[in-house]
Amino acid sequence: MPDQLIFAMEVTLNGLLNGVMYALVALGFVLIFKASGIFNYAQGVMALFAAMTLVGIQQGRVPFGHLINEIFGTDIHYFGWEVPALLAILLTALVMIAFAWAVQRFVFKHLVGQEPIILFMATIGLAYFLEGTSDLMWGSEIRNMDVGLPQGINDAIDSATFDIFGYGFFIDNLDISAAIIAAVLVAALIAFAQYTKQGRAMRAVADDHQAALSVGIKLNYVWVLVWSLAGIVALVAGIMWGSKSGVQFSLSLIALKALPVLMLGGFTSIPGAIVGGLIIGVGEALFEFSIGPMIGGATENWFAYVLALVFLVFRPQGLFGEKIIERV
Amino acid sequence: MFYREAGDFKTSYTDDSQTFPIKFDRYRYYVVLLVGLGVIPFLINDYWANSILIPFLIYAIAAIGLNILTGYCGQVSLGTGGFMAVGAFTSYKLMTAFPWMDMVTVTILSGAMTAMVGVAFGLPSLRIKGFYLAVATLAAQFFLVWMFNKVPWFFNYSASGQINAPERTLLGVAVTGPNAEAWVKYLFCFAFVFVLAWIARNLTRGSMGRQWMAIRDMDIAAEIIGVNPLRAKLMAFAVSSFYVGIAGSLLFTVYLGAVEVGSAYGIQKSFLVLFMIIIGGLGSIFGSFAGAAFMVLLPVLLRNLMDSTGLDSAIATHFEFVIVGALIMFFLIVEPHGLARLWALAKEKLRLWPFPH
Repeated sequence: MPDQLIFAMEVTLNGLLNGVMYALVALGFVLIFKASGIFNYAQGVMALFAAMTLVGIQQGRVPFGHLINEIFGTDIHYFGWEVPALLAILLTALVMIAFAWAVQRFVFKHLVGQEPIILFMATIGLAYFLEGTSDLMWGSEIRNMDVGLPQGINDAIDSATFDIFGYGFFIDNLDISAAIIAAVLVAALIAFAQYTKQGRAMRAVADDHQAALSVGIKLNYVWVLVWSLAGIVALVAGIMWGSKSGVQFSLSLIALKALPVLMLGGFTSIPGAIVGGLIIGVGEALFEFSIGPMIGGATENWFAYVLALVFLVFRPQGLFGEKIIERV
Repeated sequence: MFYREAGDFKTSYTDDSQTFPIKFDRYRYYVVLLVGLGVIPFLINDYWANSILIPFLIYAIAAIGLNILTGYCGQVSLGTGGFMAVGAFTSYKLMTAFPWMDMVTVTILSGAMTAMVGVAFGLPSLRIKGFYLAVATLAAQFFLVWMFNKVPWFFNYSASGQINAPERTLLGVAVTGPNAEAWVKYLFCFAFVFVLAWIARNLTRGSMGRQWMAIRDMDIAAEIIGVNPLRAKLMAFAVSSFYVGIAGSLLFTVYLGAVEVGSAYGIQKSFLVLFMIIIGGLGSIFGSFAGAAFMVLLPVLLRNLMDSTGLDSAIATHFEFVIVGALIMFFLIVEPHGLARLWALAKEKLRLWPFPH
C-alpha cells in the first residue's frame, strides 16, 4: 500500500476523533438553541470557565485570590488541600448549575420575546462577562488539567496497525477516551430527553413555548435545566480540550470551531451536531494534509466555514435541521 | 416650545421632503457641522484625535455600513473585520504600486474593491437566511484574514507580514505616515464621514432603502409586491461593504499606520461593529453614530476609572471585561432598541414640552 494512502488513513482517523471534540461543543449550542431559541455564543467561554473552576477546585486555590491580595495586601493563594478529581468534577457541575440559574434569573428572564439577534448579542456580552470573571477568580495563567484520563500514544493501535501496514498509527489515548465519553454523554442526553418527565417537558418547550406553557410546564424551570445541561456539556468539553492542550484563553475560541459544525448539522439536531462534527473533523484534516502545504498551511482556520457555506447553498437548513417552511 | 412643527411652513415639494423637517433639528445639524469643522480642528491635540475623535469617525463609517446591511436589509453579518481588511490591503497595494495616486482616490477605490468582494460573499444570502447566514459570513472573516496572512503578495513580501502606510500628501499636507498632524487626519476622516453619512441617509429613505426594508420585514412578501430580492440584497451587500471597506482603509492609512491583519481585523472587530449598531439602534443612521461614540468612549472611560482605583493593570483589564459584558447585557435588557430609540422618545417628549396635554 502506498505511503500516502496510509498517512491519509491516519489523518482521517485523527480527524474523526477531533470531530468528536467539535461535536461535544456543538452539542451545548444545540441544547440551548432548541429549547429557548438563544444562540449561545458564550458556550466556548463556559467551557473555559468550567475547566478553570475544575482546576482551581482540584488544586485548592482560593477563588478571587489575586483580587483579595491586591485589595487587602494579603498573600493567600491556596487553601492547602487537594480535592480528588471526581469530587472536584461534581463541585464544578454544581457551580455550572448555579451559573445556569443566575443567567436565567438575571439576564434571559428579562429578554423573553426579544428578537434572536438581541439574544445573541446578550450572549456575547455574557461571554465577555464570564471571561473577565473567570480571570478574576482563577487568574489568567495557563493551567495543566489532570483528572486521570489516559494520555499519550495508544500502543495497541500502534502495534496492530504496524502488523498490517508496516507503519504504526499515532492515535492519542485521550482522543479515544473523548470519543467514548462523548458517545456516553449523547446516549445519556437522548435517554434523558426521551424517557424522563423533565426530558419530555424540555422537548415540549422546544416544540412550542406557548403550548408548553398552557399545559402547565414551567418555562423558567426548563430553561434553567437546559442551561445547566449545557453547562455540564461545557464542563465535559472543557475537561477534554483542557487535558489535550492546557486550560487557557484559547479554549474559549473552540466555540468558533463549533459554529460550522452546527451549520452543517442543523442548529436544532443532536445527531446533526455529531455527524457535522465528524464531517468537519475529517474534512479539515484531509484538506490540510493534501492541499494545505501547497497554499501555505493553517487552513483549518477557515476550511470548516467554507465547507459549511458551500454545503448550505444546496441545503439551507443543514443536514438534519428542521425544514424551513416560509409563509406570507 | 422650540422643538415643534407648528409655524414651520412648507411651500414647495423640496421643502416638504427635506432630511430634517423640523427647524430645531436642522439648526442642531448645522451647529454640529459648524463645531466639527470650525472649532474642533483648531483645538484638537494628539490625545483627543488618537484616542477618541478619529476612531469615532472611522467606526461611525463602519457602523453605518453594517447598519445598511443588518439594520435596513436584515442580513446579519459577522464578516465586517474581514471586509475592513480588504479595504486596508487594497489601500496598501494601491499606495505602494501607484505612489502618485492621491489619497481620496485610493480610499474610494479601496471601498469599491471591498464592495466587489462583499457582493461575492453576499451571493449565498439568497439561499441562506438568519443565523445560518450570520455564521456563513464568518467564512468571509476567517478566509480573508487567513489569505492576507499567508499570501505574501498582499504585504509586498515584507518579513514581518505587517503593512505600513507610506507618507502621502493631499493638497500639500501630509495625510498619512508619522508626520501627519492631528487636525489633517481629523478633517480627512470628517470629510468622508460627512459625505458617506449624507449619501446613506438619502439612500435609505429613497426607493432603494424602502426595498431593503421590505426585504428585512418579510422577504417573500417583498418579492410578491415586486422587489427583486437578488438586486436588493446584493446592492445592500455592495453598499455596506463599500462603507466598511472605506472604514477599514482609513483605519489603516490614517489611524493605525501599521497593521498586523490578525490583531487589527480579527473577529473581535466584527463583534465590535455589531455591538455599535445594536447599542446605537438597528436601522438608524443616528444610531450608528451614537453606537460608535458609545463603544469608543466606553473603554477610554473605563481605563481612566481603573487608573484612578490604582489596581494592578492585569486585574484592571479583567475588570474591564466584566464591566463591558455586564453593561452590554444591562443595556440590552433596559433598551433593546438602542440609543436611537431613546433619542426618538426624547424628541417625542420635546415636541409636547412644556405643555404635555
